[in-house]
Amino acid sequence: MASTPPLLSVRGLRIEFGTDQGPATAVDDLSFDLRAGEVLGIVGESGSGKSVTALSIMGLLPTPPGRVVAGEILFEDSDLLKKSRTDMRKIRGGAISMIFQEPMTSLNPVFTIGDQLTEAVRWHERVGMAAARGRAIEMLHKVGISSPERRLEDYPHQLSGGMRQRVMIAMALSCGPKLLLADEPTTALDVTIQAQILDLLRQLQEEFRMAVIIITHNLGVVAEFADRVLVMYAGRTVEHASVEGVFDRPSHPYTEGLLSSIPDIEADVLRLTAIPGTLPNPHELPPGCRFQPRCTYARDECAAGPPPLVPVAQSHLAACIRHTGYRRGAAAPPAMAGVR
Amino acid sequence: MTTAVDAATVAGTRKRSFLQRNPVLRRLIRHKAFVVGAGLFLIISLVAILADFIAPSDPSRMAVRFRFRPPSAEHWFGTDNLGRSQLSRIVYGARLSLAIGLAVVIMNAVFGVALGAASGYFKRLDNILMRVTDALMAFPPVLLALGIAAALGPSSLTAAIALAAVYIPRTARIVRASVLVVRELEFVQAAMAMGAGNLRILRKHVLPNCMAPLIVQLTFVFAFAVVTEATLSFLGLGSPPPTPTWGNMIAEGRQYIRDAAWITLIPGLALAVTVLSLNLLGDGLRDVLDPRLKISQD
Repeated sequence: MASTPPLLSVRGLRIEFGTDQGPATAVDDLSFDLRAGEVLGIVGESGSGKSVTALSIMGLLPTPPGRVVAGEILFEDSDLLKKSRTDMRKIRGGAISMIFQEPMTSLNPVFTIGDQLTEAVRWHERVGMAAARGRAIEMLHKVGISSPERRLEDYPHQLSGGMRQRVMIAMALSCGPKLLLADEPTTALDVTIQAQILDLLRQLQEEFRMAVIIITHNLGVVAEFADRVLVMYAGRTVEHASVEGVFDRPSHPYTEGLLSSIPDIEADVLRLTAIPGTLPNPHELPPGCRFQPRCTYARDECAAGPPPLVPVAQSHLAACIRHTGYRRGAAAPPAMAGVR
Repeated sequence: MTTAVDAATVAGTRKRSFLQRNPVLRRLIRHKAFVVGAGLFLIISLVAILADFIAPSDPSRMAVRFRFRPPSAEHWFGTDNLGRSQLSRIVYGARLSLAIGLAVVIMNAVFGVALGAASGYFKRLDNILMRVTDALMAFPPVLLALGIAAALGPSSLTAAIALAAVYIPRTARIVRASVLVVRELEFVQAAMAMGAGNLRILRKHVLPNCMAPLIVQLTFVFAFAVVTEATLSFLGLGSPPPTPTWGNMIAEGRQYIRDAAWITLIPGLALAVTVLSLNLLGDGLRDVLDPRLKISQD
């Protein structure tokens, strides 16, 4: 497994945003590897740093106010953060592309989808109009749009949300990327369309053998699609494991909380389980473990320092002091035990 | 009979005219004020373009025998204090007014859009450019135009430059406002994610989506430019007297206003009708192209 070098390797990434109250840390010491053809799900609440991570990989972090303070993003062994703007432009839409959350507004309303699909191909691959058009038709066909020749002449407002997201996927994949970043690609869609789009992404991922980072707050999406999961909380990795590992043996209280928030289809509940509290203000982060104020397991020691990300099983990392050999009062707390 | 009807409907659905397929044009045609304004403006433009054929005589030819003739079948718009045909002078004046108006609009479209797009899209330029436009906009329009025209000396060209300098900051403001909105839309980010560069994004994705308010603004700039040009030439800072302009016709006729009111009245009316047509046209365009209406229909 570990023999092939990773396609993407994020090392110690730290991103800050300058605000009126001083810098706020959006991503703190994030590290992960992604091999070619692998699917990584990044899960977390709004504001946990998922999208910012994706944007920094694309080199699209709005600077200012955002700033990468430390770390490196190695893509095929070269640091994307050190690349020139021109080089990054060639990579964006070429080797790495991205699809966004809002299919309704992600297409330019004044041009036909044919114009928009051919634009990127012509720019990246220096091909003529006819070849680009052929590619656009092929890609629309691949994403399951019927009679693509006619659809090329349509304007975005003539398409439904699901169709537009398909067009966005076609556009993102038109130059054969090695890595696709999908930032909540299904959040804005109907549930039935969500399933279709996920199936489509899965199928295309296999066909193109590309690596995918799927960013979501929906664990169902992760279970269906991802090979590995990275759970983020307030900018830090709290758990990083295979999908099976996360679902069978959640090892961080936050992951447990996320899992227990999914309503059980069998049970009749009056009240949905939720994690109490909200994400901390990035200017007033709690000392030590950032989840500690909302954690049912919290003890005084949690505030001592940030818990290290330690292995709890093979290729399963979690950042909770319960895994660092800390065993005082070893009885398992009752509150969230026995989830799933 | 059914076959004929079928053929007609089939032909109707297949061969719909460009006008029917274009919703903006269709709504414009239904907008009465726009149709009236556009019609009037079209007539005025044709008159200006065809001035050589319409004018009964050389606008500068004096005929002392025919001084101060009121409007009649022979002299439609009467004659002035030097016996020159008012009709000829109005027609050639229209040519000059519209030419200057058009030049101002073109300069606005080029420089106003460039400045507005630069300050809206590149945050670093925003403060500098907008403070300069603030400074220019702090002057009352006519006063600033007067100052610039006086500094450059009276001629049609300087009048056009002075007017452009007055209205470019206003156009830049409007373009900047639209660019600020459009640059934050997702498709701009999507275009960046596809590797498009800044200039390409501005040209292909941002500016085309800012056209509606710009077009409306430019029609109003045209109207204001025509009026302000008349003001400048009334004050002797536009094209100097032998050249007929509506402004200097009013200025020359002023002293005879009690006895020969038509000398001032007719260029005044020409000015009013031109500005009215442009304002009706602009109002119609604004009603149809208003981005807020557009969004609510999406």
